[in-house]
Amino acid sequence: MIMKTSWMKLSIGVVLMAAAHVADATLNVVATLPDLGALAQAVGGPRVQVACLAQPTEDPHFVEPKPSLVVKLSRAGVLLEGGAELEKGWLEPLLDRARNPRIAVGAPGRVACNAQITLLEIPTALDRSQGDLHASGNPHYLVDPLNAKLVAAQIAAAFSRLDVDGTAEYQARLKSFQERLDAAYAGCRKLLEPFKGRHLAAYHNSWLYFANRFDLKIDIFLEPKPGLPPTPAHLATVATRIKAEQVPAILLDPYLDRRSAEMVAERTGAKVVEVAQYPGSLKGTEGDYIKLMDANVRAIARAFASGREGGK
Amino acid sequence: MKKYILVVLFCSAVLASAETSPEVEQLKADLRNLQESFQKAEREHQRQIEELTRRLESLAAAGRSVVPTNPAVEEDAMGKVPMAAEGPPAKKWSPSDPITLVRSGNAYMNVGFNALLDAGWSTAPEPAAQLQLGDHDPSKRGFSIPNTEIALDGAVDPYFKGFANILFKLDAENQTQVELEEAFLQTTSLPGNLQLKAGQFLAAFGRQNTQHPHQWAFADTPLILARTLGPEGLRNPGAQVSWLAPTSIYTEASLGIFDGAGGTAFGFRNPGEPGEGLHGRATTGRNPRGPGDLLYVPRLATSIDLTEHQTLLAGVSAAFGPNDTGASRRTEIFGADLYWKWRPSRARGGFPFVAWQTEALLQNFQAGADAAAGLPAENLRDWGVYSQVIWGFRPRWVAGLRGEYADGNVGADDEFDVFRGERHRISPAVTFYPSEFSKIRLQYNYDRGEQFGTQHSVWLQVEFLLGAHGSHQF
Repeated sequence: MIMKTSWMKLSIGVVLMAAAHVADATLNVVATLPDLGALAQAVGGPRVQVACLAQPTEDPHFVEPKPSLVVKLSRAGVLLEGGAELEKGWLEPLLDRARNPRIAVGAPGRVACNAQITLLEIPTALDRSQGDLHASGNPHYLVDPLNAKLVAAQIAAAFSRLDVDGTAEYQARLKSFQERLDAAYAGCRKLLEPFKGRHLAAYHNSWLYFANRFDLKIDIFLEPKPGLPPTPAHLATVATRIKAEQVPAILLDPYLDRRSAEMVAERTGAKVVEVAQYPGSLKGTEGDYIKLMDANVRAIARAFASGREGGK
Repeated sequence: MKKYILVVLFCSAVLASAETSPEVEQLKADLRNLQESFQKAEREHQRQIEELTRRLESLAAAGRSVVPTNPAVEEDAMGKVPMAAEGPPAKKWSPSDPITLVRSGNAYMNVGFNALLDAGWSTAPEPAAQLQLGDHDPSKRGFSIPNTEIALDGAVDPYFKGFANILFKLDAENQTQVELEEAFLQTTSLPGNLQLKAGQFLAAFGRQNTQHPHQWAFADTPLILARTLGPEGLRNPGAQVSWLAPTSIYTEASLGIFDGAGGTAFGFRNPGEPGEGLHGRATTGRNPRGPGDLLYVPRLATSIDLTEHQTLLAGVSAAFGPNDTGASRRTEIFGADLYWKWRPSRARGGFPFVAWQTEALLQNFQAGADAAAGLPAENLRDWGVYSQVIWGFRPRWVAGLRGEYADGNVGADDEFDVFRGERHRISPAVTFYPSEFSKIRLQYNYDRGEQFGTQHSVWLQVEFLLGAHGSHQF
């Protein structure tokens, strides 16, 4: 207890001390995707200025490589990228045109946020007849809150390297963010605890890490293969499985096709549940990773609960 | 109350000590050290967990019942979650799995292969002779393979990136021809927003000239581009410097300097086909007398986001250089291009979208006299425009419509020169993309020209891409 209060005092003091330095130029941070942007803002606070390349509702595999993004990249002091090929289709040519050595590969300003993450589903063979596989594994790793903790720590370390004066503030903000995340996570776990081991359907396989963290099985996909649109035959199989496993919900990212999800829902009685990987794509979650996790978990828990009532 | 005073005291102490910088420095250094050792421990912790999970899995592979059914990560005594990121992997590793060495991220070079296969029919018996001016267009009745290319790229070292496009195609007699389409290096770390490019590459003139045939929205080269920049596009050995203006609005200026000789610098020091020359005239095969005889290609482009979902890109370009139809004869080309694209922010796989692209060009070609052919010295002035709209109306489907017009002043040899004379073309097309790596396109061309009257053509084009993931460009 004594330890705790002295830590609090220290962190308040540290924050005040850092506030005296705010006059320094802010770090110009560009995040490829809004989830990384939200973590950067949480850790960086007023010391950083964060711009995201992708919009929250945009398909992260197919971000529009507008020339205005080149301008953003050309001014960046730090580039935060997922590092797991999610941005492979559009980031490289933008970087070529941005001519910014501060964020070149190997420069201190270039941060691949997967550095501390263990990626799952690394294909043993690269074969495009199996759909659009990512060679380095499933890239949607930030839907696991514990991965978000690791990435936030990595971002704080990168910021501290580039802006040594801000080290204390970054660490203080990191600590506070991780504590808030821990608390929210504990709440979320409790909410989903009763549904341990249950199956859920999703349009695309972007919820693997989330499922593992919360002991769910999100393993029924509307896409027959990653990146390919649903076929009637495949949807029929999916519907059969949904009924057999009593799956209450079909998870749908905002950029995916609502119609085929609705169709399966109608046939099976499952609900289409809007969940999102990117803060800002659900109302009220703008720039806030924790709020988004909370919203996702609540939506899923509600679907389970009402599914159970419906079953009675 | 007591706590509050304590905090205030502590803060003021801290603030006071901020004056004595060595202490602050010491504190900061300590914090950094702490942070580093904390991260080290964190990584070590995670590595150990991964190691353990791997062992568990191999045990599981050996004897299924050994592993507990739910290896879920439990919360620790403090009610906090452990810093491990590992859940049960979906795919279990077994010793018999192949070990993969090739990962795109680990290779020194990206390797890609792209092929365009054409089939079609035209009311013109020999479409390539009059209708289809581009070197990589579908060019004959039946089947043709006008463009397959090997694309290589990668970082050369910390200072350069290298690119190469080696092209194979079948000519009218189905003999294989090889072209070094592009081979250049590009700087990555010049200061001042500058970039240098050197080698053989497509000149930054307008919009479509820098694109490879498989990136085009239609199966063939727009008429006015083929007439002025040439059937193969304007590409030549040379160097280019470009600069990204440090403004909030995207603005890029570039200047390319090229050798300017041969069929890939069509309107310039181009000897033409043997025995045919250029625009009916015999060519001189002159050598450059000074730097003024090289080919210069300046360009200025700018782009703004009209709304969150609409982007406009506009540019002006020019090309200046000597041509081969006589001493001190020169050619100048001017161009303006406009590209507008709309895409909603909930686009799935990039669909739906609407894109409008227009280019207008004007060429002034000072043709020398050719007494043997009975042709006078004259200024051949050609102009033209194409405008195309493509609409991604549902995922994987794109409909397009292109209208073109080209004309010029009256020249002595117009009757026989397919690169001159009034002409227009209307082309509707529909393209289906089974995936990002293949496409099937059906296009109809309504052609009307002074030299050939009205002609109809239908082209079916199939593309496939192997290897490195192609990048989407704006």
